[in-house]
Amino acid sequence: MVAIATATEASSLRIADLSKSFAVPGDPYARQLALDGISFLLAAGELVSLIGPSGCGKSTLLRLIAGLDSPDSGELFVGSEAIISPSAERGLVFQDPNLFPWLTVRRNIEAGLVARGVLREKRHEVEEFMRLVGLEGFANAYPHHLSGGMAQRVALARALINHPKVLLLDEPLGALDAFTRMRMQDEVLRLWQARRTTMFLVTHDIDEAIYMSDRIMIMTPRPGRIDQIIPITLDRPRDRSSSDFLRLRSDILELLHFAGSPNE
Amino acid sequence: MQLAVPGASLITFGIHLLLSKKAPPLETHSYMLLFWEILGVSIFLSIAQSFWAGLRQRMRHMWPIFTAAILLLGLWDMITSGFHLLPLPYFPGPAAVLRSLINDRGLLADSTWHSLVLLLSGYTLGVIVGLVSGVCIGWSTSVRYWGMPLLKVVGPIPATAWIPLAMVVAPSALVSAAGLIALAVWFPVTMLTASGVSNTRASYLDVARTLGAGRAYLIFRVAIPAAVPNIFIGLFMGLGASFLTLVVAESVGVKSGLGWYVSWAQGWAEYGKVFAALVIMAAFFSTVMTLLFKLRDRVLVWQKGMIKW
Repeated sequence: MVAIATATEASSLRIADLSKSFAVPGDPYARQLALDGISFLLAAGELVSLIGPSGCGKSTLLRLIAGLDSPDSGELFVGSEAIISPSAERGLVFQDPNLFPWLTVRRNIEAGLVARGVLREKRHEVEEFMRLVGLEGFANAYPHHLSGGMAQRVALARALINHPKVLLLDEPLGALDAFTRMRMQDEVLRLWQARRTTMFLVTHDIDEAIYMSDRIMIMTPRPGRIDQIIPITLDRPRDRSSSDFLRLRSDILELLHFAGSPNE
Repeated sequence: MQLAVPGASLITFGIHLLLSKKAPPLETHSYMLLFWEILGVSIFLSIAQSFWAGLRQRMRHMWPIFTAAILLLGLWDMITSGFHLLPLPYFPGPAAVLRSLINDRGLLADSTWHSLVLLLSGYTLGVIVGLVSGVCIGWSTSVRYWGMPLLKVVGPIPATAWIPLAMVVAPSALVSAAGLIALAVWFPVTMLTASGVSNTRASYLDVARTLGAGRAYLIFRVAIPAAVPNIFIGLFMGLGASFLTLVVAESVGVKSGLGWYVSWAQGWAEYGKVFAALVIMAAFFSTVMTLLFKLRDRVLVWQKGMIKW
């Protein structure tokens, strides 16, 4: 565990004036602005959540940070390096674990090492990461035998084995039932505390955002803009039913215009 | 229950003794030997299964099929050599077919061997070329732009339609037959491989990219494994097409193999031999098919319990 924790070097993530538009289906001339002048800075080792209604461009933003899409304008930096293409230093975990179904749990976790051609030197870490996410007994199982929570743990281990400087999480717990979800939140926090990777968590669950993050960014839709950034200063581990927690929750609900307007 | 197979063989052999008194004694003799063997083996298995649970499981599964197969043999005997309901010499009875099988075993074995070699060389060539062209068409948009129209226009022509041309172009009948089989296999394998590769879930490719994958990893470790279920459908379709092409090519150009044997036996009106060759073909082709199924089960072990086809 110690070896893993020291092996990672977290980096800051800086986004400057980022914009992205998409073609409108059925209208060749119109373009829909998905992201409009997004700017923010994540300090190294920080855990920041992004919440907002669906369709506000959260996943678009994450794909840009991952390097899977390129922006219309604006700049993205990990540390001092500009983001131009996907890279193993920015891990990405989706809502669907997207495990390769033709590989066993062990081979899935090894995938990043194989892709980077470093399996031989780093094979010993595979065991460590399987232990880290509690999957030692499932090394040779195929993904379709795993429950949702277990599959997501494999996906986390697969992303973490590359020691990413930034870990991007796109509603990673969104498909899990309430109990598994709360357990996995603690698990992700444990991984974060053990490794101090910079984490950027997209979610639509306000409780999850408050429970986990150092700061919460609230995004408004069409075009996507960062509306508010709320620091969460509650002590960890946090109590989901404390009065401070609940007050934060109702503040955020109000910001999102869900509180006090039953007629809407 | 355990006595179903011995019972059925007694019935079938009884039918033969009662109805086909006119059959040559030699035919009856070898037919009788066959039934003594079936009777002996089935009685032995019936006794053995009470000591061995694994065998009992298998027998419970296979017994009804064996029983039905043996009774069908009796029915065939009744229709042909019994009541002469079908015209001779086109429909010989089972005893006559068995006699041809035994008499001509040397030539039949030789023909089967030649067919096997021709089938395997043509099939292997077609699969290799099909996999390569399928992956290229499925992965690269520019190869797809130029390759797909060609595939769609040329592919659907049955390979056997090229026979006149192939005989002119190829240096020997054997080479032209192998080429035709390869062509017949190439089309479905290419088509299914290309569609499997191009339909790889985009999120698998995205995940692989964020894990640091380069192009070789994306093609060989993501797109191709994701396409394997599709590729196997292509391999099965290609195998069916290769049997057809093999038999046709052998009966028109090549001077060996089971296809040639059938048309040669037909030329001499020896329909016992025609049927004997059909029996061999059934065993031969279904064995090859079974081997491909076994291969698929091994390769697609990760799908176990997910998909049935």
